[in-house]
Amino acid sequence: MIRTLLGARRDRRPPEPLPAGGTAAEARGLVVRLGGRTVLDGVALTATAGRLTALVGPNGAGKSTLLAALAGDLAPEAGEVLVRGRNVAGWAPAELAMRRSVLPQSASLAFPFPVGDVVRMGRAPWSGTPAEDADDEAVAWALAATETAEFAGRPFAELSGGERARVALARVLAQRAGLLLLDEPTAALDLRHQELVLRLARERAAAGDAVVVVLHDLGLAAAYADEVTVLDGGRVAASGPPAEVFDCALLSEVYRHPVEVLAHPRTDALLVVPRREP
Amino acid sequence: MTSSARLPPGGGGIGVGDEPAEPEEPEPLDAPRAADAALVKRPIGAGPTGRRPAAAVPRPAARAVPRSRAAVLTVALAVALLAAAVLAAGVGAYHLSPGDVLSSAAHRLRLGGDGLGRVGESVLWNVRLPRVVLALLVGASLGCAGALMQGVFGNPLAEPGVIGISMGAAVGAVAAIALGIDVFGNWTVSAFAFVSGLATVLLVYALSRSGGRTEVVTLILTGIAVNAFAGALIGLFIFFADNAQVTQITFWQLGSLSQATWPKVLAVLPCAAVGLAVAPLYARKLDLLALGERPARHLGVDVERLRIALVLVVALLTAAAVAVAGVITFVGLLVPHLLRMAAGPGHRFLIPGSALGGALVLVVADLAARTVAEPAELPLGVLTALVGSPFFFWLLRRTRRRQGGWA
Repeated sequence: MIRTLLGARRDRRPPEPLPAGGTAAEARGLVVRLGGRTVLDGVALTATAGRLTALVGPNGAGKSTLLAALAGDLAPEAGEVLVRGRNVAGWAPAELAMRRSVLPQSASLAFPFPVGDVVRMGRAPWSGTPAEDADDEAVAWALAATETAEFAGRPFAELSGGERARVALARVLAQRAGLLLLDEPTAALDLRHQELVLRLARERAAAGDAVVVVLHDLGLAAAYADEVTVLDGGRVAASGPPAEVFDCALLSEVYRHPVEVLAHPRTDALLVVPRREP
Repeated sequence: MTSSARLPPGGGGIGVGDEPAEPEEPEPLDAPRAADAALVKRPIGAGPTGRRPAAAVPRPAARAVPRSRAAVLTVALAVALLAAAVLAAGVGAYHLSPGDVLSSAAHRLRLGGDGLGRVGESVLWNVRLPRVVLALLVGASLGCAGALMQGVFGNPLAEPGVIGISMGAAVGAVAAIALGIDVFGNWTVSAFAFVSGLATVLLVYALSRSGGRTEVVTLILTGIAVNAFAGALIGLFIFFADNAQVTQITFWQLGSLSQATWPKVLAVLPCAAVGLAVAPLYARKLDLLALGERPARHLGVDVERLRIALVLVVALLTAAAVAVAGVITFVGLLVPHLLRMAAGPGHRFLIPGSALGGALVLVVADLAARTVAEPAELPLGVLTALVGSPFFFWLLRRTRRRQGGWA
């Protein structure tokens, strides 16, 4: 009785591994209203195991809202969000935490925990399960992967914005949930670390995770995403592989600014640049 | 986050505009590398500079230090508390040496030792010990409540006294005294203190939160409003009370343990014991709550349920303390704060540590209150406020300086 009162773990079932190409999360006909404004209007999105999906679009298009809805933070007005085939609201928080991890747009911390402890917090969903044995290894790997191991002993509050962003990412990676929802993970980072973070996201996808990333930099999205969903005014303007979706006319219209899509002269990779009149 | 007035203690404004410059990155230490290489599965990020990925794993160095420090502090606090309790049981108008106290205790426990004679036994067991035990319970409750409340609000300035919970609980207790209510016998005052304390916590919580966060300024201003309103209600009850009741109530407001008896100890014991026993179970979740509500939920914490449970525990602990000792402020602010500075913010140490520290502070403070102005006795609440207020000033100034003003 006391255990249920304290919200102690009922039977928390660890997730089955997801087969490649399986659906980790799915939004169908999603309508979200915030403060009387319709922020998402009939959005559909699928996060597939083994693939990196980029969400792009102008400010206020609903990218972060869509990510929050996928994370289970918002109750949609209509439509539904399924995580591993079950309505996201139907999961107990502890069970959901084993199946999806979320990187918020900005990281804050109320008390001066050292960086190592912050990353270790990512292991909280697994405490009391057999996966707990992997805690040390997961934390060490996440710190090394994000190049934050060297300040693991320093208080989080003393770090610069970019360092904090990487520590927050390390915490999310340490969680090792099969679905990663990253809200602008590159916003505070320099060029080198932007590349590092997206390389990491790619690598997680290659390892079988489903990764959804909100990005502002279309060049990064073109380079790293398997699929891109372009949001505009709360609706999906286009969705598909970057080579199909990134089209001059579409992007120019969505961003209300002329945009050029070019092939890199040497590698043929897609480049997306705003057109600037000389 | 940028212009927020959130106050991390000893840590610097988080997300505040003045970002520290990118520090020079030291070369990773070489020593632990061999062992760690096995742990680091995929060395990513041997970046364009050709620098090796930092493979120095933080765990041994970074975590062992606060852990062992916490263990040492726990033992030190426990030993100090025991010593203070024995000392406090002996010192007073009828003096008993610590040896006398211990030998009488051993005698009672049938472990040998001698009794003290009729007067000595009576002074020790009917006057001093109930008082020491009460100080211990009240102090532990206040310290623990302070640590919990700071965790729930994510704000180091939250404290039952500062934000008005103690006064709120006092309203219920004063009402019970002034109106001569006696429905629950010995537990009446505690029960009333609990209900009004709980109502106050909920009120403060609802009023001071917006968008899932508590701004310092809002919290303090809410505390002022709540304290003013509670003060007015208490004033009203005093106005309608008779002389004997007024004396009793005034005593309350000053905060004192001078009417300690065993029945009083029994009256607070259930509240305090339940609160103190349950509080440490939430330590891990409180750590996660420091990340913010949404991230905590993403890590599997049922934030709503956690908050409701903790608000209940805080009300329970505060009510227990206020019901017998009146309003004693700053213990819940000072103790968790000092411990956080000494051993880091992890709640697994902070919660039991604050209970121990609070008990120690109050046993010592009560001893001082009894002895500094002998034969008169200072009100305990006055003494803690005298010491605690300057600390609060310092805390305010420190956080203010860090943030460059209260936006």
